[in-house]
Amino acid sequence: MSGELVKALSELQEEKALNVVRELLAAGEDPLKIMDACGQAMEIVGKKFEDGVYFVPDLIFAGEILKGISAEVKPHIAEGAEQKRLGQVVLGTVAGDIHDIGKDVVHFMLDSNGFEVHDLGIDVPAEKFVEKIKETGAKVVAMSGLLTMAFDSMKQTVDAIKEAGLRDQVKIMIGGSQVDEEVRVYTGADAYGNDAMSAVNYAKQWLGGE
Amino acid sequence: MTATAQEAYQQRLNRILDAVALKVPDRVPVLLLNHFFAAKYANITLKEAYHDPEKWYQANKKMVLDLDPDLYQAPWMLINPAKAMEALDFKQIKWPGHGIPDNHSFQFVEAEYMKPEEYEALLDDPSDFVMRTYLPRICGALEPFKTLPPLQSFLNGYIVFGLTAAFAQPEVIAAFECLAKAGREYMKYQEKEQQFYKEMTELGYPHWGVAAGLVAFDLISDMLRGMRGSMLDMYRNPDKLLEAEEKFYPMIIQSAILASKMNNNRFVFMPLHRGADGFMSNEQFEKFYWPYLKRLILDTIDAGLIPFVFFEGGYNERLEYLKELPKGKLIAQLDTTDIVKAKKVIGDTICIAGNMPVSLLQTGTPEKVKDYAKWMIDEVAGDGGFIMSSRGVLDEADPELVKVWIDFTKEYGVYK
Repeated sequence: MSGELVKALSELQEEKALNVVRELLAAGEDPLKIMDACGQAMEIVGKKFEDGVYFVPDLIFAGEILKGISAEVKPHIAEGAEQKRLGQVVLGTVAGDIHDIGKDVVHFMLDSNGFEVHDLGIDVPAEKFVEKIKETGAKVVAMSGLLTMAFDSMKQTVDAIKEAGLRDQVKIMIGGSQVDEEVRVYTGADAYGNDAMSAVNYAKQWLGGE
Repeated sequence: MTATAQEAYQQRLNRILDAVALKVPDRVPVLLLNHFFAAKYANITLKEAYHDPEKWYQANKKMVLDLDPDLYQAPWMLINPAKAMEALDFKQIKWPGHGIPDNHSFQFVEAEYMKPEEYEALLDDPSDFVMRTYLPRICGALEPFKTLPPLQSFLNGYIVFGLTAAFAQPEVIAAFECLAKAGREYMKYQEKEQQFYKEMTELGYPHWGVAAGLVAFDLISDMLRGMRGSMLDMYRNPDKLLEAEEKFYPMIIQSAILASKMNNNRFVFMPLHRGADGFMSNEQFEKFYWPYLKRLILDTIDAGLIPFVFFEGGYNERLEYLKELPKGKLIAQLDTTDIVKAKKVIGDTICIAGNMPVSLLQTGTPEKVKDYAKWMIDEVAGDGGFIMSSRGVLDEADPELVKVWIDFTKEYGVYK
């Protein structure tokens, strides 16, 4: 049955996936096992995205189906039951930029690859990044920005992390369709990427999880 | 126009037209995606540009005259006067000094402005949907329009003229006044705008960007359903989505052609948003995007106009589709697409414009800028059909580096 769920979700069959989940719950299946199967399915989705089989609409739809499943399953899960994560990443679109698509895709890919993501949203001021690093002790920071003026915000955020004395504790990556080595040097980040997979690869490199 | 200015105008335009026709001009033409760059260039804030059409006028005039491009972007199209936006309590964008800093360019507020269950209402009576649902949603000041009766009720003629009472409500009157107030603000800008093109034409400078058409998918995705919504529609409401594309395509092409004729300008700007690599699979592209992009391009060409297609993002996976287009009739403005590959695949079909990295023009050095421009010209300018341009808008570029880039292109890009 859970194999059927993995298949339905990873092949983006919304109704089928939801029906299987309902049947499983009715049969008294452990809700954590159901969520685990969903995790496996999302990993397949992530892999298909990485391989260029799935694209943004497919990721969005997979996330949407998962949301529906979670809504069904959540009431059955006992409190305190949590999944083990590889490491933490603080993520956000930098100040002045309200683009969320690239950031959301990175969030999805990091999450489906086992990282705990602290998503600060869009138009995130430098101090919010600093606060979150302090609060969580995260070792990786990922900044997103589509607009060219986001380069300055990225630089300011790196500077703020430096000023807070946290620069040595974190690795910083920047992402967006216009960033390149030039921008990486300018902002003082450790790495840059133009697609979501490079974010996953850096996170793995920096936090382990190969 | 003086004879020399007229000659210069024609010479600049011909350079572009030769490149479009895949011929070899006297040198590589230079096209600007200046967008809001004039503000930084002339050292005014963007907030000022949104408040004072005269300042915006002078800033752009200075920029064009100094940089001396062959084709510049019409700088007025995306300026929404601040007072007009304020009068409407406009929700769909944030503009400098209103939700974002004085010196940052406006940003679109991505949202689901139409729910999936509203397709029926939209398709059934678009004008009614616009008047009583869409406008009240994107303009706070127009909320009272929600209380108006469906306009088609007036088809009942003299029997239903009691409906006019709805228009006498003080809130509705106030909403109409806000519309008129916004319109008056736009008129001030439009007057300057027309003066601007007239003067720049007299000084010898042609422009692009006064006429535009969106791909039907983008219209629905950007303006109505949001990226998320439209992409879920591909799965959950594919028929409605396609029906809406079909329904609104005629409006899109007719508006584009009309704007082009009214402004006596042959370039029709087509900014592509969701069709890029990664945003959808080729299969999804073929079903939801390409048919209406292709029609838009072909119908524009049929009207005797030149599509200026801005391929924002990467289109490496879609180049093959573009080979279906007629030879020498449009400009493909490339962002991050591999320009060498593009030249190979579509170079004998379509004039390529691009794709100097804006990051280099923002944070690079004169040497690096020249090296990159040289590499581009060496690689892709060889047999014509190429226009030097940047990957994206120049808003944050360094004015000095932009000057270096243009001057170098003019010097090194001479065809011998």
